[in-house]
Amino acid sequence: MTDVRERVAALLAEHDPATTDRLDFLRARFDAGLAWVHFPEGLGGLGLPRAQQEIVEAELAAAGAPDNDPRRIGIGLGMAAPTILAFGSEELKKRLLRPLWTGEEVWCQLFSEPGAGSDLAALGTRARRDGDDWLVTGQKVWTSSAHTARWAILVTRTDPDVPKHAGMTYFVCDMTDPGVEVRPLRQITGEAEFNEVFLTDVRIPDAHRLGEVGDGWRVAQTTLMNERVAIGGRSTPREGGMIGVVSDTWRANPDRRTPEAHDRLLKLWVEAEALRLAGIRLRQQLANGAPGPEGSAMKLAFARLAQELSGLELEITEDGLRYDDWTLRRPDMVDFTGRDAGYRYLRAKGNSIEGGTSEILRNIIAERVLGLPSEPRVDKDVAWKDLPK
Amino acid sequence: MSDPNLLTSDVEEALRAGVRDLLADKADADAVLGRVESSSPLDMDLWRTLVDLGATSLPIPESLGGQGAGWREAAVVAEEVGRAVAPVPFLGSTLATAALLHLSDDTDAQEALKSMASGESVVVLAIPLSGPVDGPLARTVRSVADAGVATRFLVPADGGLHLVEAASVEPVVSLDLTRPVWDVTFADSGVRLTGSGESAVDSALLAGSAMLAAEQVGIAEWCLTTTVAYLKQRYQFGRPVGSFQALKHRLADLWQSIVLARAAALNAADALATSSADTRVAVAVAQSLCSTVAVRAAEECVQLHGGIGMTWEHPAHLYLKRAKADELALGTPGKHRATLASLVNLPG
Ligand SMILES: Cc1cc2nc3c(=O)[nH]c(=O)nc-3n(C[C@H](O)[C@H](O)[C@H](O)COP(=O)(O)OP(=O)(O)OC[C@H]3O[C@@H](n4cnc5c(N)ncnc54)[C@H](O)[C@@H]3O)c2cc1C
Repeated sequence: MTDVRERVAALLAEHDPATTDRLDFLRARFDAGLAWVHFPEGLGGLGLPRAQQEIVEAELAAAGAPDNDPRRIGIGLGMAAPTILAFGSEELKKRLLRPLWTGEEVWCQLFSEPGAGSDLAALGTRARRDGDDWLVTGQKVWTSSAHTARWAILVTRTDPDVPKHAGMTYFVCDMTDPGVEVRPLRQITGEAEFNEVFLTDVRIPDAHRLGEVGDGWRVAQTTLMNERVAIGGRSTPREGGMIGVVSDTWRANPDRRTPEAHDRLLKLWVEAEALRLAGIRLRQQLANGAPGPEGSAMKLAFARLAQELSGLELEITEDGLRYDDWTLRRPDMVDFTGRDAGYRYLRAKGNSIEGGTSEILRNIIAERVLGLPSEPRVDKDVAWKDLPK
Repeated sequence: MSDPNLLTSDVEEALRAGVRDLLADKADADAVLGRVESSSPLDMDLWRTLVDLGATSLPIPESLGGQGAGWREAAVVAEEVGRAVAPVPFLGSTLATAALLHLSDDTDAQEALKSMASGESVVVLAIPLSGPVDGPLARTVRSVADAGVATRFLVPADGGLHLVEAASVEPVVSLDLTRPVWDVTFADSGVRLTGSGESAVDSALLAGSAMLAAEQVGIAEWCLTTTVAYLKQRYQFGRPVGSFQALKHRLADLWQSIVLARAAALNAADALATSSADTRVAVAVAQSLCSTVAVRAAEECVQLHGGIGMTWEHPAHLYLKRAKADELALGTPGKHRATLASLVNLPG
């Protein structure tokens, strides 16, 4: 088997991180197959087990190599890339994956619409065939990073006359097309991390389609499954993320401690540690080729913990009654633990909504993991155009 | 610190399958229910079969007649014992095993381990199930798990650990029917084992707590699986009750808690097996979380079964009683969190 340590050593020998330009280094790393070792050769990987990636990350971090700033390009890495890999043509993979990984091209996700959130399959953005192209018209909403994105993953309706799950088609969309208009949407934090996106006769070549015409729902499932694993399977050290921030706040503010807050903190500490361990277990299962359904449990627990912890932090911090800044900004990265306690408290509210609400995740666990029967449904056998909206 | 191994191996899964089959055969719900009301509440035939399978001596070295495996394997057995609420002296003898292993330079300790591995004797650590208290040797120790079948006791007294043959054992009416407790009175005689009794008890508590966490995962999983199966086939309002979202969401949350509890329990067993410097934190995390999850699972199991869940006939109550007793055993969740607070520098 290829020894990744040798590969890393060779990369470092040829491109000394101390003297190499950041982007040149990232490109060289991708070309050496060390971007994501479980991807195929030629596409940033070496066809190795996923677990080997941790060796690569550790060795490169130790050598002071620059990273690709994953907080800026989470949607590309976690969602677009695995979908392109699974459904894209060879040409598309070659064109798109390298700048996606290096961060030269940011991605966003054009899924949700005003009339289609949890019920994503209700979406109505229309794509009509026009020669070798498609013309796309409709409105998307809650689109994180649309203002920095070069590309989008996009789900559209191509056949309104069949039941909703059957008439959808999935594309990659060039955000620089003149028919794309992005407007900021201000959030409860004061920032505009997400946007609304208006699509008017956006021209997309058929070569930018992922999967078959009408098979968009299945392709979108791949994206969503990966999204939950991306959030849930993330590797953190002990006391990483929100629990670390709140524990430090606790240590720094002895005057604000109460027995009740202490017990809450310890319960949350225990759960955060168990969630971290379950994440390790999930990654070990993935590496052995047997992904468990634990991904949705991670996302569910992650959201609840982030919210309870950030709520507790406001109570134990010195300046819980103040906020750092309400100015409307359009950030170029998503950082759940950045800024101050008030921001963290407010931003965490999104964790149980974005990427599938906690209610929807519970439905998924109950039906697909536990095998409980679904609720009676009224929308399965009706053509999309005849559904009540 | 490198990541712990939180997957079970093929060998561990084979062990699990063997123990699970045996328990399904010899300790099904009817058998357990019948047993707990009899005059011998622990099933010593079943225990001997487990001994023959090697399932009771996994952490004991081969040189002393054990399996020479370790605490990860023992945790697999503990989980299955929990899943079946099997009435066998597993916890009492696990505590004794860990204490004796800690003092295994002593020849009497070695001899005791040998006789445990062969099944010749059942040795039980004489501490109240809720946690140890020191005192003189001649005294009564209340609420000792598995004492009724013990042939010898390890008694912590006067800073040492004493191997004692003779004791008077009084049954008490216990909350947990499948792991009853006894009051045990010792006279002033026995062999004091060489080495610190305190640290031997300490390592027994660490190992016992980790095994208890695995047992709690087994209990919780039985409760979830049984409840899900029942709600799929129970019809009310013309639908399976399990299709009502209010119930589905509760079960999804419970499943999610069990995912976390399982990871924590595996981590504690792995830490013990590898003598990790992190063992105390791992055990405190596992014990405080798994206790709580098992009790919640058992409470949900009773509630979601409706009237049948309140009956003596349905096994749910055996799990509720075991889960609640396990929560008190070897320290409550709050006590483990207090330990954790000092270990990770989060002072109150
Ligand atoms: C910070 C943030 C970033 C986001 N980024 C993106 C992005 O980049 N791209 C993108 O496409 N989308 C994005 N979203 C949108 C997100 O995916 C949707 O908001 C989400 O799927 C919920 O849809 P909705 O807002 O229409 O709520 P609705 O679906 O209308 O839900 C309203 C409430 O009803 C509940 N509910 C709905 N259906 C059920 C059911 N069957 N059972 C029980 N309860 C139910 C929901 O849980 C929720 O509580 C983002 C959202 C947030 C908050």
